[in-house]
Amino acid sequence: MSIHARFRLPYPAFTLDIDVDLPAGGVTAVFGRSGSGKTTLLRCIAGLEQTLDGSLIVSGETWQDGSYRRPVHQRALGYVFQEARLFPHLSVAANLDFGRRRIAESERRVSLAQVVELLGIAHLLERRPERLSGGERQRVAIARALATSPRLLLMDEPLAALDQARKQEILPYLERLHDELAIPVLYVSHSPDEVARLADHIVLMEDGRAVAQGPLTETLARVDLPLRLGEDVGVVFSGQVLERNAEWHLARIGFAGGEIWVRDGGAGVGRTVRLRILARDVSIARHRHDDVSIMNLLPATIITHAAEDHPALALLQLQVGGTRLLARLTRHSANRLELAPGQQVWVQIKAVALLG
Amino acid sequence: MSPADLAAVWLTLKLAATTTTVLLLVGTPIAWWLARTRHWAKEALATLVTLPLVLPPTVLGFYLLVLLGPDGPLGRLLQASGLPSLPFTFAGLVVASVIYSMPFVVQPLQQAFEAIGEHPLEAAATLRAGPWDSFFAVVVPLAWPGFMTAAVLGFAHTVGEFGVVLMIGGNIPGETQVLSMIIYNHVEALDHDAAHRLAGGMLAFAFIALLLLNLFRPGRRR
Repeated sequence: MSIHARFRLPYPAFTLDIDVDLPAGGVTAVFGRSGSGKTTLLRCIAGLEQTLDGSLIVSGETWQDGSYRRPVHQRALGYVFQEARLFPHLSVAANLDFGRRRIAESERRVSLAQVVELLGIAHLLERRPERLSGGERQRVAIARALATSPRLLLMDEPLAALDQARKQEILPYLERLHDELAIPVLYVSHSPDEVARLADHIVLMEDGRAVAQGPLTETLARVDLPLRLGEDVGVVFSGQVLERNAEWHLARIGFAGGEIWVRDGGAGVGRTVRLRILARDVSIARHRHDDVSIMNLLPATIITHAAEDHPALALLQLQVGGTRLLARLTRHSANRLELAPGQQVWVQIKAVALLG
Repeated sequence: MSPADLAAVWLTLKLAATTTTVLLLVGTPIAWWLARTRHWAKEALATLVTLPLVLPPTVLGFYLLVLLGPDGPLGRLLQASGLPSLPFTFAGLVVASVIYSMPFVVQPLQQAFEAIGEHPLEAAATLRAGPWDSFFAVVVPLAWPGFMTAAVLGFAHTVGEFGVVLMIGGNIPGETQVLSMIIYNHVEALDHDAAHRLAGGMLAFAFIALLLLNLFRPGRRR
């Protein structure tokens, strides 16, 4: 069960030249700058690009090989475009039913009621698309794609056309999608925030090529990647809520590597949550200091260090139990502390983002 | 109105209805191809379709007569395949009208198809709709105003034709004598009253047809 995609497609600006194996579960973020070929890759997988130079196997089914290209409408996929592309002549309900009634009864694994509930659009069913807000439109578009019970959901920057408030409105639905449906998702994005919140795997793209791919946690913790999640170099991993302290409004999260206190985000005890720690929020001490304001102090081992974009900075990769962290510090400090791989140090974590 | 007048009115409506039907069937694929292709022959075909707009109808009618006549290449072909001769028949009028009114049907359809663009079709394909399915489930409803415009313009333009009919159809009562022809006959005979009855009716018809089209155009400011 996996997706193997190989495509070569020349464009005036770049040549898409890609050969990737994608996991058949979870959310795989296809991440990169605008114009790096992310959307083109997605369109190739959907069959919307007329290329014959490639092959595509989805869960053992050949969708493209040699001169064979399965027509788009015969591929069991869902596609969410950047603009919702709802049919303006149909009501929301009819839009949802458009794809669903075109698949065989036996193929319907997701019920209409389920997707309507999942995306919270029950009150919109009778409306026309022109009477929906941008965020509502995108939710309907996602529901419409899901209603076809796709074996693969392709999402092309579904939040890019929305303002910040609308993005925050939709992200929780996408997280539910991720948690509740066992449909593999390819999610194209250039937003580090979305990737950190939603992705399990990541494919980093640059100039039409996949420069790195792998599980999100491992890939983000690498120090050798030419393209990181923008300015926000950092790691993402998951943990479990162990305790909620009502007095200080803090929650204790256990993860592979220790425990950490974060601002209480409302998640109940036992819930699995995602944490994101940016490299710039991690500092290093040779010895344990308890007389600092920072709450989260963890013992760590330095694995390696790398140069940063700016010559004043260095990036340190650290092992904290079973988790890898990145720390950004000045080369001057690294030199002063005589930091070297293999060394035991203490990491001081100034801020942890709880991603829900 | 005299029986000849009534026969001409009936014949005109029959001709316009037949022509419009044929034009929608023939014009839709042409317009679809013109709207979507990047083929080198696109401009050539578009020009050919537009030609009747600028050509004097008598020129068009003359060449049709030459082509379809007993000595014309198409006429001979028809004869050889045992089909009836077209000039001076109702069928001949339909053929001529289809060519003459072609731009009035193809252009609104082409514009409607171009306005729809690629996006809804891609969305339909990812929702399991094949090409024909997409056409009827998405393109036809979205292009509906274009179809209405095409039908009304095609019909009205066929009702109003004169020169082409004169050349290819002659002036045979009950067979090829259409309204514009009989009005001409009345005027020639200095029977202005009879001419007024028919000409006034046509004026009213054309006005009402265009008025309805404008009233029901979607997106019209109210």
